[in-house]
Amino acid sequence: MKFVIALFAPPHSPAARRALRFAEAVLAGGHEIVRLFFYQDGVHSASANVVAAQDELDVAAEWSRFVSANQLDGVVCIAAGLRRGVLDAGEAQRYQRPAANLAAGWELSGLGQLHEAAQQADRLVCFGGQ
Amino acid sequence: MARSMLIISRQAPWAGPSAREALDIVLAGGAFELPLGLLFLDDGVFQLTKAQQAASLEQKDLTANLQALPLFGIDSLFVARRSLAERNLDESSLALPVEILDDAGLSTLINRYDHVITI
Repeated sequence: MKFVIALFAPPHSPAARRALRFAEAVLAGGHEIVRLFFYQDGVHSASANVVAAQDELDVAAEWSRFVSANQLDGVVCIAAGLRRGVLDAGEAQRYQRPAANLAAGWELSGLGQLHEAAQQADRLVCFGGQ
Repeated sequence: MARSMLIISRQAPWAGPSAREALDIVLAGGAFELPLGLLFLDDGVFQLTKAQQAASLEQKDLTANLQALPLFGIDSLFVARRSLAERNLDESSLALPVEILDDAGLSTLINRYDHVITI
């Protein structure tokens, strides 16, 4: 089955951990992840600047590893990212900000990517919606 | 056939960017002419009320954007009757035409769509 997984809640929320474990289980079960899409406060889980306490799960780092290791299509909504300070090098330059912080494996793009993926997917599974 | 999506908007317009971000999903899908619905539920119904004074909170009023949705081909707009009643609102309080659904109608509506996003 083809899944799109969307995350709306910040990295310190249980929803971010559930989404990660769900995504791992999707692949472990032999299914396909068409795209991961981070929106709203979910964009913070694609920041390379999130620091977890030593005895806590570093969910942002795990996401980055997971996306890279499985060569997944990981998209962060650009408008939601800009609003919350999650920038790639291009956006940091465009808006004259001192640093880019988008973690490896992720790409900033528009909401069209969510719709395009949803058109291909059997299931759109959202985590951290309100 | 294109897969349909229902966006359920549950937050008041003054409660952070959620109302804006729910609307942005709808507008992005409208650009692709996808079959979309927008349901206002719980505090989300406050987005529909007339004469908002968003500027006093130093934010933008979304009413004009909502009123323009039919121009973008999105005319499947719904609101929960119970959510209105709980907030002492009725049809005359609303700034745009939306279909008012009772609890059974909500259930039918949600089942009708392939994908559902709640924000």
